[in-house]
Amino acid sequence: MTVVAPDETPLAHQRQQRRRLWLLLAPGGLWLLFFFVLPLLIVMLYSFATPGPTGDVIWQFNFDSYITLMGKDLYFNAYYRSLWVGLQTTVICLLVGYPLALYMTLAAPKQRNLLLFLVLIPFWTNFLVRTYAWMIILSNNGLINELLQMLGFAKQLLYPSTGAVLVGLIYGSLPFMVLPLYASLARFDFTLMEASADLGAGRWRSFWRIMFPLTVPGVVAGSVLVFIPTVGQFVVSDLLGGSKVDLLGNLLQRLFTRSNPPNWPLGSALALVFMFVLTLIVIIYFRTTTEEDR
Amino acid sequence: MHVTNTSAVVLQQVTKRFQNVTAVDAIDLDIRDGEFFSMLGPSGCGKTTTLRMIAGFEFPSSGVISLGGAHVEKVPAHLRNVNTVFQSYALFPHMTVAENIAFGLEMKNVPRADIKPRVDAALAMVQLGNYGARRPKQLSGGQQQRVALARALVNRPKVLLLDEPLGALDLKLRKEMQIELKRLQQEVGITFIYVTHDQEEALTMSDRIAVMNQGKLLQVGSPTEIYERPSSRFVADFIGEANFIDGVVTDIGTPYCTVRASNGLELKGMLQGTSSVGAAVTIAIRPEKLRLTVQAPENVSTLAAKVEQVVYIGSDTRLTVRLSDTITLDVWEQNIRSTLDRDAYWQRGEQGFVTWNPDNALILTA
Repeated sequence: MTVVAPDETPLAHQRQQRRRLWLLLAPGGLWLLFFFVLPLLIVMLYSFATPGPTGDVIWQFNFDSYITLMGKDLYFNAYYRSLWVGLQTTVICLLVGYPLALYMTLAAPKQRNLLLFLVLIPFWTNFLVRTYAWMIILSNNGLINELLQMLGFAKQLLYPSTGAVLVGLIYGSLPFMVLPLYASLARFDFTLMEASADLGAGRWRSFWRIMFPLTVPGVVAGSVLVFIPTVGQFVVSDLLGGSKVDLLGNLLQRLFTRSNPPNWPLGSALALVFMFVLTLIVIIYFRTTTEEDR
Repeated sequence: MHVTNTSAVVLQQVTKRFQNVTAVDAIDLDIRDGEFFSMLGPSGCGKTTTLRMIAGFEFPSSGVISLGGAHVEKVPAHLRNVNTVFQSYALFPHMTVAENIAFGLEMKNVPRADIKPRVDAALAMVQLGNYGARRPKQLSGGQQQRVALARALVNRPKVLLLDEPLGALDLKLRKEMQIELKRLQQEVGITFIYVTHDQEEALTMSDRIAVMNQGKLLQVGSPTEIYERPSSRFVADFIGEANFIDGVVTDIGTPYCTVRASNGLELKGMLQGTSSVGAAVTIAIRPEKLRLTVQAPENVSTLAAKVEQVVYIGSDTRLTVRLSDTITLDVWEQNIRSTLDRDAYWQRGEQGFVTWNPDNALILTA
């Protein structure tokens, strides 16, 4: 029911409401315009420019950077590796995070708050520091190797390696998986599991038919929150991979700052193509996991 | 009626403890095949826990539960041939009404070709024939209630468990569903075990009622037995209204015993259970069993009383009369006299005589 003031036509009322809406949207909109849309346009502009001999940019526009991109395995491999590492990280976070979130949901309220607190505690320390900590734990004389030695096993080369990168990425992303899952599970009505059992479904079937479909929004949110930042990572792969694991982020960083000379147009093109691919993946993921009538 | 003498559900010395709280305390129950059986009691009395143990959601700490003769106290819910209608309905929100109803059949691997006709029949039974494609969210509370019933009954369980299923409905819909439930139960002939805290609901629908309090079973009987012959003060108080007078037994006779109330009044009544002279007891009398007359009737024991309060509620007039400094009684009079007769109505302060049939005065020892 809409109440319209007697001296006001519905049209005028509508117009006024629209104006109010714009006013509310303005701060966020302006922020996005200046710090997202404009920079993106600048990146786009750069990607069509020509790299100069000293790392500068010559404002001659062509498709050269994109053509270079398509032609070299180096770039394709970086895309592929980044997506693959992102996928592994996401799947493992999901497999570890779902039971953890479920356990938190089912815990007594006091314990639940403590667990939630424990999940959030790592955020109190700088991410870089935590990644260095993993370097120490995994190093040749680190905690794990010392333990292995004490138990009579040979020392293993744990770091630097792709495995170490994966461990670091999973460790860093897990809270981003657990929290949306927890939010979804906390809203889940566990009486439905009893109803399912009552109707003859065992635990596993009840999980797949009832609990999982109803917590898909949490799974989707968590997966996107883990996958997107992971594929763009370059610090973890740099530190724990010992500069040997080349993810897209590392490549980008090199193109912009370290290569001799730096190549901004190529870096911009690389970033834009990757952004396009990622957007496509996320759209397909949403389409297939979210019900059409929701 | 479908009630036979075989047992559908038997509970023997069933106890359930949660940490150090005893929710259900050594209960014995024998629920007959085809019976509409209600478990009645205040919240926290253990009725829902008992139901959940029959469903298999909780396992008893000790004791035996049999369904159709087989021990099931350790069998998980999904392997028991009982179905539950939940208080919150617990319909699956991501499935249509028809998918909800088909779920139980699917889990029991009923052939696909048989599922659709059975789902349609179940929908028709609860008068929701055209609602199969809807989502539970698109239905009203009463309709969701019917879907929950259909989802349970489509499995043809031996026993249907209902946990306060009408609790969320408004009064008018409740009354309709009470009649509907009773009709359905007689139609399908399945044993219904119905948990409620609403005494009127229990009296209206049940073949037998079990009254529980603080984890203990107090009395099992037909609605008439429970109302007319409560075995304890709690039951008399919980079901309907009752006047209570404390006193001491002065004479044990047949059929009537005599009790001396605290102020010396000698009252006659029927002893429930056993007692002896000198024992402390409570007399319980329903207010509608009392008569208040202007003149003392002859040949019956009667007590002088003064009208303290008159509440006219249309069909009845509810009076409070004082017998002594410490004893007042509620008296309900049906308004059966001429409406033109002004003197037919009691006024505050008038004197009268309270009389009752000693058959209806129950001497309770508990």
